[in-house]
Amino acid sequence: MNFNLTKEQEMVRSVMKEFTEKEVKPIAAEIDETERFPRETVEKMAKYNMLGIPFPVEYGGSGADEVAYAIAVEELSKACATTGVICSAHTSLGCWPIYKYGSEEQKQKYLVPLAKGEKLGAFGLTEPNAGTDAAGQQTIAILEGDNYILNGSKIFITNGGQADVYIIFAMTDRSKGTRGISAFIVEKDFPGFSIGKIEEKMGIRASATTELIFQECIVPKENLLGKEGEGFKIAMSTLDGGRIGIAAQALGIAAGALDETVKYVKEREQFGRPISKFQGIQWILADLATEIEAARLLVYKAAYNKANNLPYSKEAAMAKLFAAETAMNVTTKCVQLHGGYGYTKDYPVERMMRDAKITEIYEGTSQVQQMVIAANLLK
Amino acid sequence: MNIIVCLKQVPDTNEVRIDPVRGTLIREGVPSIINPDDRNALEEALRIKDENSDVKVTVLSMGPPQADVALREALAMGADDAILLSDRAFAGSDTWATSTALAAGLKKIGDYDIIFCGRQAIDGDTAQVGPQIAEHLGLPQITYVEELKIEKDKVIAKRSLEDGHFIIESEMPVLLTAIKELNEPRYPSIKGIYEAHKADRVKVWSAAYVEADKSNLGLDGSPTQVNKSFTPPGRSGSGEILQGSAKEVVRDLIVRLKEKQVI
Repeated sequence: MNFNLTKEQEMVRSVMKEFTEKEVKPIAAEIDETERFPRETVEKMAKYNMLGIPFPVEYGGSGADEVAYAIAVEELSKACATTGVICSAHTSLGCWPIYKYGSEEQKQKYLVPLAKGEKLGAFGLTEPNAGTDAAGQQTIAILEGDNYILNGSKIFITNGGQADVYIIFAMTDRSKGTRGISAFIVEKDFPGFSIGKIEEKMGIRASATTELIFQECIVPKENLLGKEGEGFKIAMSTLDGGRIGIAAQALGIAAGALDETVKYVKEREQFGRPISKFQGIQWILADLATEIEAARLLVYKAAYNKANNLPYSKEAAMAKLFAAETAMNVTTKCVQLHGGYGYTKDYPVERMMRDAKITEIYEGTSQVQQMVIAANLLK
Repeated sequence: MNIIVCLKQVPDTNEVRIDPVRGTLIREGVPSIINPDDRNALEEALRIKDENSDVKVTVLSMGPPQADVALREALAMGADDAILLSDRAFAGSDTWATSTALAAGLKKIGDYDIIFCGRQAIDGDTAQVGPQIAEHLGLPQITYVEELKIEKDKVIAKRSLEDGHFIIESEMPVLLTAIKELNEPRYPSIKGIYEAHKADRVKVWSAAYVEADKSNLGLDGSPTQVNKSFTPPGRSGSGEILQGSAKEVVRDLIVRLKEKQVI
C-alpha cells in the first residue's frame, strides 16, 4: 500500500498549479460571463503537452499516466471548470478511442496531432432521443463504395465547433440493436458535416456545447474505428475512462471552492472577529474537506487502476458519482458560507456552484453511475 | 555553443516563516523552488537554444541530494544536461566557498561560452556568487542583464541600473547574471517532466571529483561568520503626516531625515 504520488506526478501537480494560477484563473470569470471559448489557453496547453498526457510519446503524447492526467484536470478545474472539461473531453473522449481502437494508420493520422494538441478532439454519441439510453441511436451510416454516408444529428457535444476531429457513432445495421452501432472518425471539413445549435448553459459556459448535423456526410471507409458493430463497446469503454476525467473535474471544482472559502472566512468579520473563529463554521469546513479528500482517493484509485491495466469501470463510476455529488454539496455550502456575497459575481463560488451541477449529469448521470456500480455488484 | 546555467534550489520565501527565537528560517513544510532569477537565466539560455542550432544548455547546482528536484525541473523546461555538486565537504558554505565549488565544477566541465547565473537568491540576497565565479575563472562579467543579444562570438547585453542602463559588449566566454525583467520563464512541459525523471539524467559530482581546493570549501572554508540572526521587533508608535505645500513638505522631510542621519 502506498499513497504517495511519484516524483513525476508531484511535479505535474506543481506545474499545473502554477499554470492554472497564471494562465487560467485570471480569465475564468470573463470567459464564463461572455461564453468565449478560451482558444489561447488551448494553445498554451498544447505547448506544454497538457492535451495528450496519458499517451505514449511515439503517438504525440507526454508519456505520462492516468493519475497525472487526473491531477492536471483537477488543478485546471480548481480555477476554471470550463478549461478542465476542454482538456478532459479532448483527452478521454477525443483521443483515447483512437489510441485504444484505432489502426496504426489512424493513430498516425489522427492521434499524433490530437495528442500533441495541434488538433482538438470531440465525441458524438448523445442524440435528442438517445441520452441515457445510448443504444437508441438514430444517426445512420450506409456503406456506398469507398465511403460511409452519415445522416442524422448529435446534441450536447462538448468542444463542438471548436474541435477538428470527432468520434461519431451511427447505426450501420439497425436490425442488430446495440451490435449494429459503429464508430467513425469524422473531420470537421468532411462534406455534409455542419454545426447546428450552440447551447446556452447554466455553467461551464465558455466550453462549446453544440449540435452536430450530418446530411449525406461522406466519411471514407478507412475512417471506420474498430470494426462494424463495435461502436457500442467503444462508446461504453470510452465513457468508463472519461468518467475519471469528469470525476477529476468535479474534485477540482470542489477543492477550488473550498480554497476560496477558507480564504474568505478568515477575512470576513462578524461580531468582532473573523467568522473562521466560530465553531459552527469550522464544523462545516471540516466536513467539506473530508468529503473532498474521500473523493480524491476514489478518483486517484480509479486513475491508478486504469494506468496499471486493472479493472476500472466500477471504480470510475464510484469516483464520478461521489466526486460529482461532492462538488455540488461543497459548492452549495461554500456559497452559503460566503452569505450574500456568495450569491454575487464578486466571488467565484457562484460560478463554481453553477459549474458543479453538470458533473452530476454529463458522461452518465449520477443515476447511470449507480446502475454501473449495481450491475458490477449483482453480476 | 555551450551555455552553463548555475541555479540554486531555495525555499519559497512567499511561504516561509522565521523562528522568532532562533532567528532562522523554518524550512519544514516549505516548498522548494528554483531560485526565481536563476529561472530567468535558464529561460534566456533556452531561448538562445531555440533560436540557434548547436546550442547545448547545461544546468549546474551545488546543494544537498534533494536539489535533484530543481535540476530535473530545469531538464523538464528543456536543459540538455544537469550536474549536481553534492558532498558533505560543501556543507555550510558561504558565498566564497560556494563560488569556489561552482568554479571548480565549471573547470571540470571545461568547455563553456556563457555562464549564466541569476542576480541573487531569494534566501540569501547577496548577489555575490555570480561575480565571484567570474573572478575565480578570470572571465569578464555583466551583471543585472535585462536584454541580451548574441552576435557571432560576442554578447551584447543591456545592463540595468537604478536610473538607466549600460549597453555592454563582451567577447565570450563571459559570465552574465539575469534579472527578472529579462524574460518570462516557460513552464516545464508534461512530456519534459517524464523525460527528466529517467535514470542518470542528473550527474552527481563530489568535491574530490571536481578537484576543488578543500581549504576554501564548506563551513571551515567560509570567511563569513554569522554571529547572530534575528527578526527586528515590530515598530511601535504612529506615523506623522507632514502638512504644507509639496515644496515645504519635501524640505521638511529632508531636514528630518538628515537629523536622523538616514541620508
